[in-house]
Amino acid sequence: MTEKQVLLKVENLYKHFPIKKGIIFSRQTGAVHAVDGISFNIYNGETLGLVGESGCGKSTTGRTILQLYRPTSGSVFFEGDDLAKLKGENLRRKRRDLQMIFQDPYASLNPRMTVGQIIGEPMEIHGTYKGAAQTKRVQDLLQLVGLNGAFANRYPHEFSGGQRQRIGVARALALEPKLIVCDEPISALDVSIQAQVVNLLEDLQSTLGLTYLFIAHDLSMVRHISDRIAVMYLGIIVELADRNELYANPRHPYTQALLSAVPYPDPFVEEKRKRIILEGDVPSPVNPPSGCRFRTRCQYAKEICAEEKPAFREISKDHFVACHFDISGQQSAS
Amino acid sequence: MAELLKVEGLETHFQTREGVIHAVNGVSFNLKEGETLGIVGESGCGKSVSMMSMLRLIPSPPGKVVAGKALFEGNDLLTMNDEQIRNIRGAKISVVFQDPMTSFNPVLTIGDQVAEPYRVHHKAGKKEALDRAVKYLELVGIPNARERLSDYPHQFSGGMRQRAMIAMGLICEPQILIADEPTTALDVTIQAQIIELVKRLRDELGMAIIWITHDLGIIAGLADRVNVMYGGHIIETAPVKDIYKNPQHPYTIGLLGSLPRMDETEYRRLTSIDGLPPILLEKPSYCPFEPRCRYAKERCRKENPGLKQVEGDGHFTACWVNPKTGKEY
Ligand SMILES: Nc1ncnc2c1ncn2[C@@H]1O[C@H](COP(=O)(O)OP(=O)(O)OP(=O)(O)O)[C@@H](O)[C@H]1O
Ligand SMILES: Nc1ncnc2c1ncn2[C@@H]1O[C@H](COP(=O)(O)OP(=O)(O)OP(=O)(O)O)[C@@H](O)[C@H]1O
Ligand code: SF4
Ligand code: SF4
Ligand SMILES: [Mg+2]
Ligand SMILES: [Mg+2]
Repeated sequence: MTEKQVLLKVENLYKHFPIKKGIIFSRQTGAVHAVDGISFNIYNGETLGLVGESGCGKSTTGRTILQLYRPTSGSVFFEGDDLAKLKGENLRRKRRDLQMIFQDPYASLNPRMTVGQIIGEPMEIHGTYKGAAQTKRVQDLLQLVGLNGAFANRYPHEFSGGQRQRIGVARALALEPKLIVCDEPISALDVSIQAQVVNLLEDLQSTLGLTYLFIAHDLSMVRHISDRIAVMYLGIIVELADRNELYANPRHPYTQALLSAVPYPDPFVEEKRKRIILEGDVPSPVNPPSGCRFRTRCQYAKEICAEEKPAFREISKDHFVACHFDISGQQSAS
Repeated sequence: MAELLKVEGLETHFQTREGVIHAVNGVSFNLKEGETLGIVGESGCGKSVSMMSMLRLIPSPPGKVVAGKALFEGNDLLTMNDEQIRNIRGAKISVVFQDPMTSFNPVLTIGDQVAEPYRVHHKAGKKEALDRAVKYLELVGIPNARERLSDYPHQFSGGMRQRAMIAMGLICEPQILIADEPTTALDVTIQAQIIELVKRLRDELGMAIIWITHDLGIIAGLADRVNVMYGGHIIETAPVKDIYKNPQHPYTIGLLGSLPRMDETEYRRLTSIDGLPPILLEKPSYCPFEPRCRYAKERCRKENPGLKQVEGDGHFTACWVNPKTGKEY
């Protein structure tokens, strides 16, 4: 990337899910703070990785960006427009440019539709391709994702997980989007098939100039595919940096622990590694800890950590961290 | 060290509507006292079924162990009577499953369930068994274990349930712990907690472990020896360092090449293995990896290679071709 151009700008985004009690007179008794004030940019043509443990708010972030969930507050600027404020036809038109690929290749495709109908549906809804032109476009998309064009008449159950994920990719590409949110697109696949799908996503990015928000658990895969990486913990982003910088020089205690927990497929390295083992579990997002969210598991926590929220500050160029202190920690890579 | 377990020629079939699935096709391996054996391979390759067959936990019908022996301390688990096998299962050999939500009974308390194997195998009273459960729950890092005995499984987080499962697996201090993907559903930080715990307990209790996973990272740091499975066969087995440094089977080579590495500084395109694993409706008379193998020769379609020794000590592979030269051995 020579000149970095912002494609998407997320500002102070919140998404809370109300918790209701009572059947007839339901009243709100609390809220799940799924996304709790996050800000970041996604640059044109890049892959931004989003990692963090289960329940930290990764999928909610992806869905709220696409306006599949409307934000509780905050803005999502896409090419100058705030998607959070757009409605009706204006929003629908913008949405074409933003698509999503889901985690579960089994649940995300309608079993009663043929592959051709599944891929054709977005074109039908948006009226971009019809009739013979649509059939042709479906064939082209199938070939683009490495499947036989003749598969258009088959049903999802006739395909393997990796093939279904390719169908999901073809559908996401149907409207020629600019940004694709990939929500754990390979987690449900076997190791030998994961590489097939990752290679496909990389190829499509370079031929079509796509931008990805790539959500995943697997930190080694995220490192492989991303240009920059954001680390989430309990609804907020605690660290954001270039991928090499983040892995070589993690500055947030949570990032350090997370990287240190990843096993390496190398017994010679594993033999020498010392792990930071976190105590306990992630606290509930209904009542997140005061001050720093990570303080209940942080080995460096001090009084101030319970009292004040750490700012998300730029500690070196393009490297952001939300911690009161400057902790350079052990490096996780040996 | 003495041999603890000796499995020979294990074969298991399942009767299905499509026909007979040949899930396990002649699996043989040994386990020494205190040894940690890793079993890796992709979904459906027969990892769980081979272990369950050995312990006679295969649902039958549709499943049936059709051949083989599994000698534990010299006695065949497959032919001993029901009482003998019950005395071994859960006591001398215990299993921790992948999904603790389905392996715990939701209407019984954690305490009663963790204590159960000890109560049964040691004819212990309720109080004694619960005391012992507290000890093992503490050992696996459940805070305030005594107060949590009366909790139900849904009151525990995923990581806590998994640790409680391990406590239950350890309560009789088994000689062999079989762990079937016990951390697959968990986050990496919780996974790291559990693996550190298991390593510590292994060293303290001196038990042998069979750890099943599809994650080659976990095995690298845990196992002494690795069996790689494909299509119901062990296709390569070696000491852990040899498998990673010097893989000999095209499938193992492919698997390792398809993993990104966190210590890579240069971008490298992942090598993918094209195609899909086989559906075994017949006992393969050919190499089961042949349709996906880039080294395949004529012979591979006609004869199924058995395991034979290559390279260093204890390094066996089932392949006709030397992948270094691309020629038959
Ligand atoms: N539709 C919803 N209604 C209520 N709560 C929700 C909803 N969707 C998500 N949540 C809650 O919001 C929090 C964040 O969930 P989210 O699915 O975004 O996490 P995630 O990081 O994607 O986790 P995973 O890695 O398990 O997919 C969780 O506590 C979850 O239970
Ligand atoms: N109850 C059953 N009925 C029919 N076939 C079965 C049954 N249980 C297992 N199989 C078949 O036996 C084969 C081996 O399954 P097994 O569960 O051992 O795989 P695995 O290696 O443990 O995979 P995973 O990583 O998905 O757990 C598969 O082809 C599976 O479909
Ligand atoms: S702000 Fe305090 S508790 Fe939070 S990560 Fe930094 S040191 Fe730990
Ligand atoms: S026996 Fe032949 S087909 Fe099988 S793995 Fe070896 S080279 Fe490939
Ligand atoms: Mg999610
Ligand atoms: Mg299994």
